[in-house]
Amino acid sequence: METIILFAPLVGAIICGFGWRLIGEKAGQVITTAMIFLAAALSWQIFLTFDGETRSIPILDWIVSGTLHSEWAIRLDRMTAIMLVVVNTVSALVHLYSFGYMAHDENWHEGEHYKARFFAYLSFFTFAMLMLVTSDNLVQMFFGWEGVGVASYLLIGFYYRKPSANAAAIKAFVVNRVGDFGFALGIFALYFLTDSIKFDDVFAAAPALAETNLTFLWSEWNAANLIGVLLFIGAMGKSAQLILHTWLPDAMEGPTPVSALIHAATMVTAGVFLVCRMSPLYEYAPQATAFITVLGATTAFFAATVGLVQNDIKRVIAYSTCSQLGYMFVAAGVGVYSVAMFHLFTHAFFKAMLFLGAGSVIHATHHEQDMRNYGGLRKKIPLTFWAMMIGTLAITGVGIPLTHYGFAGFLSKDAVIESAWVGSSYAFWLLVVAACMTSFYSWRLMFMTFYGTSHAHGHDDHGHGHDAHGHDDHHHEPHESPMVMLIPLGVLALGAIFSGMLWYKVFFGEEAAVRNWFGMEAAAHGEAHGETAAADHGTEAAATETHDDSAATEAAPAEGTAVASEEHAAEGEAAADAHGPAGVAPKGALLMLPFTPEEQAVVDTRLDAEKAAKAEHAPTTMINAAHVVPAWVKVSPFIAMLIGFGLAWLFYIKDPSLPRRLATQQRPLYLFLLNKWYFDELYDVVFVRPAKWLGNFLWKKGDGNVIDGSLNGVAMGIIPFFTRLAGRAQSGYLFHYAFAMVMGIVILVTWMTLFGGAK
Amino acid sequence: MTVFSFAFYMFAVITVASGLMVTLSRNPVHSVLWLILAFLSTSGLFVLLGAEFVAMLLVIVYVGAVAVLFLFVVMMLDIDFAALKGELARYMPLGLLIGVVLLMQVAIGVGVWTVADGSEGLRQAVAPTEIENTRALGMLLYDRYFLLFQLAGLILLVAMIGAILLTLRHRKDVKRQNVLQQMWRDPAKAMELKDVKPGQGL
Amino acid sequence: MTSVPLPVLMPALPEILLAVGAMVLLMIGAFLGEKSTSTITGLAIALLVFVLGLLVVAPPYGTTFGGSFVLDSFARFIKILSVGGSAIAIAMSIGFARAEKFDRFELPILMVLATVGMGIIVSARDMIALYMGVELMSLALYVIAAFNRDNLRSTEAGLKYFVLGALSSGMLLYGASLIYGFTGHVGFAGIAASIKANGAGVGFVFGLVFVLAGLSFKISAVPFHMWTPDVYEGAPTPITAFFAAAPKVAAMGMFLRIVVDGFGPATAQWQQVVVFIAIASMTLGAFAGIGQKNIKRLMAYSSIANMGFALVGLAAGTAKGVEGVILFMTIYLAMTLGAFAVILSLRRKEGMVEDMSELAGLSRTHPAVAWSLAILLFSLIGIPPLAGFYGKFAVFGAAVEQKLWTLAILGIITSAIGAYYYLRLIKIMFFDQPVAAFEPMPMEQKVVLTGSVAFVLLFVVFGNPLIEASARAAKSLF
Repeated sequence: METIILFAPLVGAIICGFGWRLIGEKAGQVITTAMIFLAAALSWQIFLTFDGETRSIPILDWIVSGTLHSEWAIRLDRMTAIMLVVVNTVSALVHLYSFGYMAHDENWHEGEHYKARFFAYLSFFTFAMLMLVTSDNLVQMFFGWEGVGVASYLLIGFYYRKPSANAAAIKAFVVNRVGDFGFALGIFALYFLTDSIKFDDVFAAAPALAETNLTFLWSEWNAANLIGVLLFIGAMGKSAQLILHTWLPDAMEGPTPVSALIHAATMVTAGVFLVCRMSPLYEYAPQATAFITVLGATTAFFAATVGLVQNDIKRVIAYSTCSQLGYMFVAAGVGVYSVAMFHLFTHAFFKAMLFLGAGSVIHATHHEQDMRNYGGLRKKIPLTFWAMMIGTLAITGVGIPLTHYGFAGFLSKDAVIESAWVGSSYAFWLLVVAACMTSFYSWRLMFMTFYGTSHAHGHDDHGHGHDAHGHDDHHHEPHESPMVMLIPLGVLALGAIFSGMLWYKVFFGEEAAVRNWFGMEAAAHGEAHGETAAADHGTEAAATETHDDSAATEAAPAEGTAVASEEHAAEGEAAADAHGPAGVAPKGALLMLPFTPEEQAVVDTRLDAEKAAKAEHAPTTMINAAHVVPAWVKVSPFIAMLIGFGLAWLFYIKDPSLPRRLATQQRPLYLFLLNKWYFDELYDVVFVRPAKWLGNFLWKKGDGNVIDGSLNGVAMGIIPFFTRLAGRAQSGYLFHYAFAMVMGIVILVTWMTLFGGAK
Repeated sequence: MTVFSFAFYMFAVITVASGLMVTLSRNPVHSVLWLILAFLSTSGLFVLLGAEFVAMLLVIVYVGAVAVLFLFVVMMLDIDFAALKGELARYMPLGLLIGVVLLMQVAIGVGVWTVADGSEGLRQAVAPTEIENTRALGMLLYDRYFLLFQLAGLILLVAMIGAILLTLRHRKDVKRQNVLQQMWRDPAKAMELKDVKPGQGL
Repeated sequence: MTSVPLPVLMPALPEILLAVGAMVLLMIGAFLGEKSTSTITGLAIALLVFVLGLLVVAPPYGTTFGGSFVLDSFARFIKILSVGGSAIAIAMSIGFARAEKFDRFELPILMVLATVGMGIIVSARDMIALYMGVELMSLALYVIAAFNRDNLRSTEAGLKYFVLGALSSGMLLYGASLIYGFTGHVGFAGIAASIKANGAGVGFVFGLVFVLAGLSFKISAVPFHMWTPDVYEGAPTPITAFFAAAPKVAAMGMFLRIVVDGFGPATAQWQQVVVFIAIASMTLGAFAGIGQKNIKRLMAYSSIANMGFALVGLAAGTAKGVEGVILFMTIYLAMTLGAFAVILSLRRKEGMVEDMSELAGLSRTHPAVAWSLAILLFSLIGIPPLAGFYGKFAVFGAAVEQKLWTLAILGIITSAIGAYYYLRLIKIMFFDQPVAAFEPMPMEQKVVLTGSVAFVLLFVVFGNPLIEASARAAKSLF
């Protein structure tokens, strides 16, 4: 079944991509879509029936070279199951949506075939993404990683007649190379140190890595931290985190369904997936995770500020994506990988829906993307409006505070923020501010698009060139999108509303439930308060010191014993004994170790001690600690959301002239934000131009003069000389030939007499 | 010095001298004549060794057929030997140098030549004494060297095919006598009787 | 009078059948006259195919004729190649002979007789049998080189080949007599035993050099190659195709057998000679090929260079090296026959063309032919995963294994230089303005070309049995 899921998109892509001339474009579209729907249905079946036990399903031997043995296998665990659902569901809906969205595209001339190509690319992307998420080892993952990169490149540059699309595609590709270089270095380092690239082996070796040092560049590093950072650099590229984020907004040049699928729901989350997948390693790399937390929080903040002032509807959502990815990284960074996955999961639904909704708006307004030219669309495209409304409610995090009822974003984002409070106050404050700004720009988008008066007509006068497109309605009356585009919106709306509430328990509920769901073993810890002898050995020693005597979910407080789930209580002892330096990969999809003594001390001072006492358990793990944060922490994102909403209402409904006044008053700040903190300009000066100069220099001087020059010298001077010589010898005279033979004999005989070694 | 020794040295000296003259004489016809002399004296050497059959073969085949053929060919071809010689003179120094080098090296090779044990005895009795050497040759050829003999036959066959193929031409413009055709002609078809009336033409 | 038992004939059965068959065909031809040409061609092919089948199923029979003839798996493998090559070359001559109106029945017969000679040289285990085989093969080749006797170039080719061939035969015989003089044996086994016992003396080494020089002429290795371009160009094209294929393989087989079987204990000595001629052949083949305009001359230099590559494998002097040479020659045979199938199809109404510039725009006038030739040329260059790569890899790999770095590196450099003329041909075919189209390709050439391209393409997948077979063949020599 897993194999079918993996290969159905590939089969669809091949049939549609190469065979559409035979079967027709329509049939190609239908086949790819049907294949993805099949995969999506099977994925849901796996997701709902999966028992949490990690399985490996080999497909074939892939690379066998020396000690490098890489199988092509599917690693099926909870992480994979989640990602299968996310990828296939969104992909299936996007395929369906594209029927409508790509039906008439004025980037192409009449009679040109582009739909089959588009669908084949989409399906190919899906296959590559599935390769990534199902991978059993790092090389296979890298294959998928690059595969999605290629698909992304092809799809961003899908409108290859537009120079801006080509430039964006190249930018995405190049920026990702920087990240991939880090990723590749990380893989090399892992292979160098553990002699394997299989996840299980790498995970088993993680505790040992934490005690290994590695010389890299100019100094010695702790191996686990170094590898963690290197892998995260890869994740930064793919997930558009700060420094390597510049490609994502430009990637909006691609068709909107692509933005929804690749640049919101799936590919950009690959970085988060990578960090979560490597959680057994990151658990031993505290500095790397601290770096992830800081960078994620900064990105969340930065992207939100930029999102405040953007006018292109897709760019607003793109920055929003960037920001939300920062949230996920914070969650992963502070050690609650399940929360990161939770936000990834819910985000996929509501962000894909926002993009598809934006696509619907764009479709309705004949490919107008500037929000200043929208306005008052609520009545004209009501269904799209409601879908966008649900998406906005989800992303801003609307729900009932202090309960578990709310839109998807409410639950997952609050979980992130609560965890962040325990892990890092820097991250917490930035995230709360970012939440406020998220609310602001989301509502700004809603108000500018759907409320107020229509600006479309005034815009027409200075001729945006729509008339050339030959649409039926020359008045450019916005029209509601066809059903194939609205159905995916509806389905995603369901996800945006309910996915948070349905799966809250297993992602961020009681620890036991989470551990059970992800197939993890009970968290074993022996030094909650530094009482056991092994405390100074750090966390990996903790596993060996387990005294698992509790069948209850909650461990006895303050005694430094284990927290164990019912299922694993009996075998807890044995399993825990098996742990230790000898190295067995931890069970389950994730690894979430309890706090180290130092961490515990920090957490204890920060937490509400009384409440902890009342709950009768010591929060020795991050997930437990996050549940007992003070109430104001829990409410803070909600407050931030309300502030953001209020400001947006004030700016765009109450007094629409306010934004302009503020912008003129705070012009430097406005320009700073509008130009995205001048990252592109900075990179242009620091990297692009020197690189271009260097390339030009090497091309003209190095390649042109030195290499070509010397080659030409050899090719046009020396070789023809020999050729002429050989031609002269071939005179055609018999006695010359005979003479050559005799000469040959004489030379050979002389040689043999002098040096031949004859006695 | 016995008669045997005298005969041997005479034939040997003549062979070497005439061999030298083949290459040195200015007139190619003379060269061929010297060559014939060399063959003849070689066959004399064979007779001295007791190999009459080979000696006779040499006289019949080489002197009688091959050398005479050479003579015809040389006399019929109109080659400007003076020009050839002039051409030769240009390359003479280099050719001489190479020749000398090669000769010196061959001398080195021959210098290390040693006589194997028992080879003296073998040389004394080229052929078994109880049978005449023609028969002995035949027994060797048809037994031990059967393969080589057959191969030689094949080579000759190829040579024959080649010679015919490359030289035989059926000239269409020359009338040839076809005896069979003449013999098998049917008089009834070839002749027609006409009754010619006197005083009238046909 | 003693009765002499008949020698065991089974090992020589293929040669006997071919020889007898050739004579029967000759009789048929002589009695039926010129009109029998197509019948005789067909029968000759059938005869060769029958013998080929016989060779495929034949067990290695061992030695006969007093130890001067052997059929082992090495001989069998090389014979399969040369008999097959001959059959294909005869088949490819059909259309040409018909179009050029020189269909004479002697051509297939002489080719069959040359094939008998090839069989002999591959199996010969003494100097005299070897010489006889060489002469049988060469004489037939001299004649067919001059086959188009009304054509000046063809006659010139035949004459040059004959005169230089006679010189090389002289060298071979002189060397053989030196070896006989210094070792006291003509049989390979005796020679090897004598060297082992007494060491390789200077006289023997002289003999060795002369013998190898005589043999190098047959595989057209530098500096005994001079006849090759002129003969390739002058001889009628199907005959050139024949020259380039079967006799080369057989001569290389003979070369392998004599140095391994006969001169095995003197490996250090012959190795030097082989290294010298290998380097000279690769270099000259690469450089001189660049200046060529005539495609047949180009193929001549190509084959010179390829012989150099094959000798690189031999220079290693190991079973691995011999295996590489056998494999290389097998692949070379397939590629050469395919390339000549294309050259033979370069025919317009006014006749054959041989100039490289006439191929211009072939990709547009005959795309299938152009692509096939391009694949073959890429394979000749040695681009993986085509078969040619594996051939070169095998011989260079063997040389590297014996630490012959210089030789291997020179081989790769000359490969790169040689790539120029193959690539230029591709450039002419694909990027130049088309000239007039050619006549459609005859059926038999289509079959040969398809087979050759398929071999080159599929070797990477199905090549293993061939590699194993050549390893077995190489092992039987040692």
